[in-house]
This record gives sequence, C-alpha cells and structure tokens, in this order.
Amino acid sequence: MALINVKTREVQIKIVYYGPGRGGKTTNLEYINTKYRDQIKTEMVSLKTQDDRTLFFDFLPFDVGQIKGFDVTIQLYTVPGQVKYNATRRLVLRGVDGIVFVADVQKEQRRKNIESLNQLYENLETYSLDLFKLPLVMQYNKIDLKNSGIEILPTQILQKDLNSVLKAPAFEASAVSGGNVIPTLKKIITLTLSSIQDQLF
Amino acid sequence: MFTQSQLDAVDSAIIAHLIESGVDHVIFMDMAGNTIAKHHNGKSRLDATAFAALAAGNFAAVDAMAKLVGESEFSLLFHKGEKSSIHFSKVNEDTLLITMFNKDISLGLVRLKVAETVNDINHILDAK
Ligand SMILES: Nc1nc2c(ncn2[C@@H]2O[C@H](COP(=O)(O)OP(=O)(O)OP(=O)(O)O)[C@@H](O)[C@H]2O)c(=O)[nH]1
Ligand SMILES: [Mg+2]
Repeated sequence: MALINVKTREVQIKIVYYGPGRGGKTTNLEYINTKYRDQIKTEMVSLKTQDDRTLFFDFLPFDVGQIKGFDVTIQLYTVPGQVKYNATRRLVLRGVDGIVFVADVQKEQRRKNIESLNQLYENLETYSLDLFKLPLVMQYNKIDLKNSGIEILPTQILQKDLNSVLKAPAFEASAVSGGNVIPTLKKIITLTLSSIQDQLF
Repeated sequence: MFTQSQLDAVDSAIIAHLIESGVDHVIFMDMAGNTIAKHHNGKSRLDATAFAALAAGNFAAVDAMAKLVGESEFSLLFHKGEKSSIHFSKVNEDTLLITMFNKDISLGLVRLKVAETVNDINHILDAK
C-alpha cells in the first residue's frame, strides 16, 4: 500500500517487476538507472549472486515530481525469478502498489511464464491482494531474439497464455537495448498513480 | 494513513528518547520499506531510502526464518560493528523502528530507550 505522509507531504509508491528467472527484470532497472541517472539520488541496490542472478531484490528509487502538492517517489523493485527463491519473492511483494510482469518470449520459456504468473497470483493472495485489482502491465521481453534465429512466441500466443483474462496493457520489449522499457515504466506509473489518486487530498 | 498530529507526536518521541540520548540515526518505517519518519544527530550521513529498503528485506528474511524454526519472532535483532551498530525493533504488525548508534552509547541504554519509544509510538498510533 502506498505510503502517504501528510506531514512531509510525500508519497512513496512501490512497483515490483515480477517474472520468471532470466526474463530481464534486472535489465529493465539497469536501463532505467542509466537513462534517468540525473533524477536518481541514490545508487541502485542489487542483492545478487556471484553470477549476477538476483538473490533478494534490486531496488531503485526515483522522484517523479509533485502531484496535488505531494512529492512522489517511485520505488522500483525486482524479485528473484529462480524457482527456488519463492519465499524471498513473496517478501518483496509486501506492500506492492503496482506490478510489471516481465515474460520471456523464447518459445522454450512458455511454461515458465505461465507458472510464474500463477505463482504471482498465489503469492499476492497471502497478502489478501487480488492480481485482478492491482495495477498491472505485461512486458513481453527479448523480442530482439527473433533476429538471431531463436524461436520466439508470437505476441498473440503470449496474450492468450497470460493476458486473456487479466487484459492488462502489454508491451513487446527488448530490455537490453532499452526498447519499450520506458513506455512500460510510464504505463505502470500512470496506472498506479491513478489507483491512489483519491487517497490524496 | 497517519495524521499530522500522530506524525508530530512520533517525531517528538523519537527525538526525546533516542536522538537526545546520543544515537546517530533513527528510521521509523513500514514493512514495505517506506520511510515514515527519519531523524539524525547531524554528525553522520546515511542514504536513508536505500537503508530502509534493505532493513525491511533483512527484517522480513529473519522473521520468515523465525517462523521456519517455530518461533513467532526473534525479538532482538541487532548488528554490531567496529564503530557503529544497528538495532531493529518491531513496533506493530506493520512498522519497524531502526536505530543506529556508535560505541559511545551502550546497547543496554539503546534497548531501554527503544522500548520507551516503541511504547509511545504504539500509544500515539492507537489514539486515532
Ligand atoms: N537478447 C536479449 N537478452 C536480454 C534481454 N533482456 C535481458 N536479457 C539478458 O537475459 C539475461 C537475464 O537478464 P536479467 O535482467 O538478469 O534477468 P532477471 O529477470 O533479473 O533474472 P533473475 O534475477 O534470475 O530473476 C541477461 O544475460 C540479460 O542480458 C533482451 O531484451 N534481449
Ligand atoms: Mg534479476
């Protein structure tokens, strides 16, 4: 739940990038960190293993200016995607206001995407949160791989697998080169801000 | 959401009990890693935003470990360094109080002052 401080007139919003291991969640944050360096006051925090897999989370806070006289800070987190880390994944979801689901478009990742989304639904339930009611954006990442001859899932299939009921805004993306990373981010910020608007006064 | 008068009272409690006892930094935060109030003695610098995110993660991880070994919680969470130490205290189900202090002040005193502060904050938050 967003933290609204009436005294300091600050709002802190938590957005979590969720998805299967190696899908590109950390890469999204790394791109944002480079692109918006000037607006980011702190270093990105990454708790990772020696081989650069997320162990606990990545954390990147940045200011988006004022809304209704409140200074708004967006705090971006990623979860660790590896199957064995579900306990820590669930911890990171605590207090989440908006979610970006980063799916991997490689054909061989099809089942992992679906399993990860199902587990997201269950993990949110432990906080009495409903995925259908949370601001959500789908990102189909690594779309560039089709140029290297790797078999990828058509967006139509991804939409059917992951988004036929949720009907969230969806973007094809290539996080390594920054393709659609910022539109994804802007979309989730807009959705999340409008979901908390009426709590501001 | 906390009211202005609650936040004022929380600030006063932190300053009176902790900052005036000589601790370096105090962060009152929620379990999601958001800072609600922060205070320091003006002598040392800290990236409180990143600190709060890590503290929430650390507390949550230890709390989950407690559950795995059948404890409802580990009541004392404390990290000791050469020059400075960090003390974690759960205030209620949703919030944490983190205190950083140097070797000029004893853990005993910090624990006492933290307990007083936690008690005050709970009274403040209960009185809506
Ligand atoms: N070709 C291609 N590779 C990508 C893209 N995005 C990320 N990668 C690569 O995929 C690998 C995994 O990316 P990460 O960002 O670490 O993935 P993650 O989702 O954070 O993984 P976990 O931390 O294990 O959950 C890295 O080698 C990235 O360079 C993309 O858009 N295209
Ligand atoms: Mg990662």
